[in-house]
Amino acid sequence: MTTAPAVLADGLTKRYGARTVVDDVSFRIEPGETFALLGPNGAGKSTTVEMLEGFRTPTSGAASVLGVDPRHADRAWRSRIGVVLQSTGQADALTVREILTHFARVFPSARDVDETIAAVGLAEHAKRRVGKLSGGQQRRVDVALGIIGRPEVLFLDEPTTGFDPQARRAFWQLIRDVAADGTTILLTTHYLDEAEQLADRAGIIAGGRLLAIDRTDRIGGADARTPIVRWSDASGHHEVRTHEPAAVVRQLRGEPADLEIVRPSLEDVYLSLIGDDADDQPEEAAA
Amino acid sequence: MTAIAPLTVGAASARTGLRPGHTLRCAADRVRIELLQYFRRSDALVFTFLFPVLLFAIFASAFGSLPAMLELEGQQVTQAHYYLPAMLAAGVFLSGVQNLGIEIAVERNDGTLQRLAATPLPVLSYFLGKLGQLLVTSLAQAALLLAVAVGAFGIELPTDPERWFTLAWVFFGALVCFAVLGVAVAQIPRTVSSASAVVIPLALILQFVSGIYLAFPMLPEWLQTIANLFPLAWVGHGMRFALLPEIAHHLEVGEAWNLQGVAMALGIWAVIGTVVAALTFRWIKRG
Repeated sequence: MTTAPAVLADGLTKRYGARTVVDDVSFRIEPGETFALLGPNGAGKSTTVEMLEGFRTPTSGAASVLGVDPRHADRAWRSRIGVVLQSTGQADALTVREILTHFARVFPSARDVDETIAAVGLAEHAKRRVGKLSGGQQRRVDVALGIIGRPEVLFLDEPTTGFDPQARRAFWQLIRDVAADGTTILLTTHYLDEAEQLADRAGIIAGGRLLAIDRTDRIGGADARTPIVRWSDASGHHEVRTHEPAAVVRQLRGEPADLEIVRPSLEDVYLSLIGDDADDQPEEAAA
Repeated sequence: MTAIAPLTVGAASARTGLRPGHTLRCAADRVRIELLQYFRRSDALVFTFLFPVLLFAIFASAFGSLPAMLELEGQQVTQAHYYLPAMLAAGVFLSGVQNLGIEIAVERNDGTLQRLAATPLPVLSYFLGKLGQLLVTSLAQAALLLAVAVGAFGIELPTDPERWFTLAWVFFGALVCFAVLGVAVAQIPRTVSSASAVVIPLALILQFVSGIYLAFPMLPEWLQTIANLFPLAWVGHGMRFALLPEIAHHLEVGEAWNLQGVAMALGIWAVIGTVVAALTFRWIKRG
């Protein structure tokens, strides 16, 4: 297939003086796909997304969203993009419906205001001022403002930070609905379960570098998911990666302490990748 | 999340492009949003909208028993009467430079502007929204001030249409001039919390040297010369021509009215403000 990607990052790099915040990051997101950028705080996720949103100029590399270089964003392009920023302004004095009605008038083919309010679960708070809502509820207003314009590409920067588990699950369903509408979604998160639940593919980013990129059930490569057998005996702690764990266990003598067979989850893969990176670049902070 | 309702799916094809008149339609809705926020913010109401009215009431009461500032040919300029044009000028100045300056600085530093920048809202619509807010609130403020002056302090307003015409052009000229200067001043504060701390002292000093709180004839000549480099003293001068008895020209610099000076000062500063605002305005705070 050679369809044009909805989002393309090609060697994106951002430096501030001697500090490299995003280092040669490349990925493509196909139309209709949900892609997660996964990484710890300060990994360069937001800077990457802000370059794609047209809010930051790359030091080098190129970006393309819906076939347009975000640096040359115009109103027509903005009307096809939805953005949920990590931190947003406070429209404290306005009610939920007032601020959404305003945004609906700014976009040329906006969703229905009340339907959008209901979709983020704020129907009973529609007439309350945003400043009087809880932090999680205000975040849902942010999300509602991001999707009100019926975007073709939606950028979600850490959308569920501060949500309780129940609110996060409800939010996931909302994002699945938006994705089902054909919207291409780029999501940044430091929650692995969120990436696993929502994204078709994910990229793991740390220290500004893209360490791995693949389908969420394959990321890290086949070896990363090879089962691990661990046990302890008189000579110390042992760990063996093998595709035949039962055979390894059969060869063990006696009944070793702490015997376990682990099939690494996305979380294990993630932590090992992030850990490797931290070992590789101990001097990064000082650079 | 409570009561989540699913989004309408399959409506992606309902997208349309931007229609002609987008800028003006957005501007009209911005005015609505700005006014809703303005009248719900108690700090703006007290320190911008009611402030000149309260100050006028205090000055007029406190100095009411003092002899008139000038008595000649059967006419007199009372202390209260002298403060009316000063407070009218202060009202437009506070609404424009101080309130807009703080508002825009806060909106730029708290992410409100970045969120707007992510939408197809034209920059011009945003500014027309601010100008509309300024126009409506300043007119209401001036009407209230004149009503209090006439109703509570028995001040006689002019009957000559020429004076009212002068009042109108000085008022609207000041409005435009102070609006663009407000946008320019808003670029100075770097954080939300410093916005008021930076803007208010600047505004206060200019008001003191411009004959707003201290009668202009009380100021030393060198200070009058400095004050006349800025537009506020000229607005006060124009308003005094419009609202005080003819003999009041004896209290002015050179004992004469200089309406050409008023027009020139407003014109020059409106151009300076527009150029500075256009060159420095950014939706987004530079990182």
